[in-house]
Amino acid sequence: MKLDSKIPSGPLSEKWDKHKFDINVVNPKNKRKFTIIVVGTGLGGASAAASLGELGYRVKNFCIQDSPRRAHSIGAQGGINAAKNYQNDGDSVWRLFYDTIKGGDYRAREANVYRLAQNSNNIIDQAVAQGVPFAREYGGLFANRSFGGALVSRTFYARGQTGQQLLLGAYSSLMAQVHAGSVQIFPREEMVDLVLIQGKARGIITRNLRTGEFNAHTADAVVLATGGYGTAYYLSTLAMNSNASAIWRAHKKGAFFGNPCYVQIHPTCIPRSGDYQSKLTLMSESLRNDGRVWVPKNKGDKRPPSQIPEGDRDYYLERKYPTFGNMVPRDVASRNAKEVCDDGRGIGDTGLAVYLDFKNAIADFGRKTIEERYGNLFEMYHLITDEDAYKTPMRIFPAVHYSMGGLWVDYNLMTTVPGLHVIGEANFSDHGANRLGASALMQGLSDGYFVIPYTIGGYLGGASLEKISSEDDAFKNALASSKGKFEKLLSIKGNKTVKEFHRDLGQILWDKVGMARNEKGLKEAIKEIPKLREEFWQNVKVAGEAETLNKNLEFAARVGDYLELGELMARDALNRRESCGGHFRIESQTEEGEALRNDEKFTYVSAWEFKKASNWELHKEPLIFENVTLTQRSYK
Amino acid sequence: MKKNISIHLKVWRQKDANSKGKMVSHTVNGVNPDMSFLEMLDTLNEDLIKKGEEPLEFDNDCREGICGMCGLVINGTAHGPNSGTTTCELRMREFQNGDTIIVEPWRAKAFPIIKDLVVDRQSFDRIISKGGYISIRVGNAPEATSILVAKENADLAMDAAACIGCGACVAACPNSSASLFTSAKISQLRLLPQGEPERNRRALNMVFQMDEELFGNCSNHAECQAVCPKSVSITHIARMRREYLKAAIKYVD
Ligand SMILES: Cc1cc2nc3c(=O)[nH]c(=O)nc-3n(C[C@H](O)[C@H](O)[C@H](O)COP(=O)(O)OP(=O)(O)OC[C@H]3O[C@@H](n4cnc5c(N)ncnc54)[C@H](O)[C@@H]3O)c2cc1C
Ligand code: FES
Repeated sequence: MKLDSKIPSGPLSEKWDKHKFDINVVNPKNKRKFTIIVVGTGLGGASAAASLGELGYRVKNFCIQDSPRRAHSIGAQGGINAAKNYQNDGDSVWRLFYDTIKGGDYRAREANVYRLAQNSNNIIDQAVAQGVPFAREYGGLFANRSFGGALVSRTFYARGQTGQQLLLGAYSSLMAQVHAGSVQIFPREEMVDLVLIQGKARGIITRNLRTGEFNAHTADAVVLATGGYGTAYYLSTLAMNSNASAIWRAHKKGAFFGNPCYVQIHPTCIPRSGDYQSKLTLMSESLRNDGRVWVPKNKGDKRPPSQIPEGDRDYYLERKYPTFGNMVPRDVASRNAKEVCDDGRGIGDTGLAVYLDFKNAIADFGRKTIEERYGNLFEMYHLITDEDAYKTPMRIFPAVHYSMGGLWVDYNLMTTVPGLHVIGEANFSDHGANRLGASALMQGLSDGYFVIPYTIGGYLGGASLEKISSEDDAFKNALASSKGKFEKLLSIKGNKTVKEFHRDLGQILWDKVGMARNEKGLKEAIKEIPKLREEFWQNVKVAGEAETLNKNLEFAARVGDYLELGELMARDALNRRESCGGHFRIESQTEEGEALRNDEKFTYVSAWEFKKASNWELHKEPLIFENVTLTQRSYK
Repeated sequence: MKKNISIHLKVWRQKDANSKGKMVSHTVNGVNPDMSFLEMLDTLNEDLIKKGEEPLEFDNDCREGICGMCGLVINGTAHGPNSGTTTCELRMREFQNGDTIIVEPWRAKAFPIIKDLVVDRQSFDRIISKGGYISIRVGNAPEATSILVAKENADLAMDAAACIGCGACVAACPNSSASLFTSAKISQLRLLPQGEPERNRRALNMVFQMDEELFGNCSNHAECQAVCPKSVSITHIARMRREYLKAAIKYVD
């Protein structure tokens, strides 16, 4: 099968408009005849379901939580980018496009990223009209800030709760459509398989999480908006129910997986404090604007920070990167923290942390100013660690935060399975090998409000869709096999808990497919993960029953899928013998230890086709750059 | 390193919506004071699973106080002893070695129990679906700066919009009223010019639905405000009442 990205012809800035004109438009009278399943109610899913409902389609919208409003997107703190140029600092669609493509280390499609930058402005208009209370200035206009090292102030925010407010905006539009009768919501209903008829996505199998009942849902097209797979690592900043099962089931039914090894590790998280740790808390990276990162100069220096004199401290980011200092991009900051800890200079009980010190900032600007800037973050830090960061430096450590990889989609956001579309963090598009701060919210909403409503019409208008029913064999078989899988999990009655398996997988991924990867470690991971998977299916101990609410069983199924995806992540990382964005191959670095791309060999998207267990075929989508010149990043 | 402690729990266990529930005792050893309350319950569950018993079901997702999924009544107080925080933000350092902690689900007619500590809050979604929005179609939105909002109003609207929909207000109210939840949305949209056109319909329909769902009336106990993890103020309830009355007068025929 040949990958076709379906990028429209013509100049970059005209592609999307031209494409919107060229694609099929479904007659309004016919829209009611089409049913679309949207799985997920985060920014991607809620905005898509609401917009498709508005257009007149019949929409069925599923999520794991007890209400669509609680999707993982709710936790995003920092903000959302848009090229409005309200601050008159020289921003433009072009600049947002350029920053995003460069930030992704030139591993994303120009056409997709340009469209994203174009849509960014519409998103702000839409959100404001919905009543999203973005921060304002006294004159009533918007307050914007610069985020993640951007040179312009293009980030819109609502206190530290931007994700919450944008999601509640999308959720409110969704509920309006529920009221209008065009959208039906299915909370606590998890998709466990995708159903294909004549090669096209025609529905899903779900498990009702309250009753354990399996259901078949038919449709004319399916949209997955199920979020990222960071929880494969066990510990991450993602919400506990985040998982890859929906996209993994789809992958096994024929959807190619794009760039599974691209994962973002965020540098400023609160370090783990013990084995019981269940998730990690992100601290906004704005802290690095004023905080100074350091560790002791000498290995094993266990003195409290206040007793370590300046001469015995190593402000390693300032030392290595005199221009950017503490403000280097996320991947560089994370990798350097790992290096000093590997070197035995990490701090705290675990030795897996570095200091983020505000002493100088407090001396320079006064405590009051620092309180104004970061008061809520210091409070959160205190709540979790019981330490006062005004008096003693914060302890931070990197944590898994975002997956740039996901199901491969074309320009229409359709996978290699006709009728199956993927939006938001679940797809691979737009962020290349590294995502910039405040860009994920933008992408989820761009996909949901402004791309999929058009492109899905293009599919439905042109596809020949035979009449189907949930009684068809394809549905019956998929339902039976899903049911069988959950019964199997309960019947193993082994000795090791789901959590123990998840933790073991997380450890392998963190050590070998984490911040720095090499051939040896990746080859080990490729051996160890299938072994762990085999053990899982023989020795997992799952509690409770099938016919009630049973979270342990839900998690067992999700960990089972992660034990397959984890292997593919390692294989993809092994294949990509270059460093780019979040993917750092130890074998591919400059003399100064910086990430080194290999554009000649690797300017392509890796799209993996599932063949059978531990067996994939790699397809390559070449990335063609006609508008930007590829440069090597340097932050010295 | 801090010393681990032991905790005795009395928790509500209920097999499903139709079964009768009861309080059951469990002891959790090796509790690190830096653990979150939910991590303490995770520890209990790992023990139970290893012993071949059914783990305790409780809702949670973000574990950082923003999704509104968690919610337990701890020693009689919704979300536990600390004000302005959710259950998932509570740490075990608030408790002493050997303490007995009583853990119960939200209790309200409009929130039927699904299992153990997990309740059904879909009544909240239904209230929002009756008007907790501005009817704006995608593609129809005017340029964002064409709608000016004074900072004071934007800030007040944000205070109301901070509601996470957890339902603690209902659990704490002697009448099981959902007034704080409903008023937070009505108030947010009232404070913004975008909300003006649908103002009357919104107040009437949302309040109507709140009653339909078997939530009680508000009689100014203010317990809701005391337990609200986002410190949403009862002044929003006052604003909701004004909105409702004005709308009701207009629509009397
Ligand atoms: C702590 C934190 C802070 C962040 N801050 C920012 C920020 O400031 N700016 C920014 O741009 N980005 C930020 N991000 C990233 C951003 O929040 C996410 O990438 C984005 O919200 C993902 O949205 P989504 O719609 O793709 O998926 P999600 O919000 O993850 O939603 C997934 C949905 O799918 C459902 N689902 C999953 N699997 C199934 C299944 N099998 N069956 C049924 N339903 C299913 C879930 O229930 C949920 O409704 C942050 C992320 C984290 C973790
Ligand atoms: S788990 Fe999200 S608020 Fe507690």
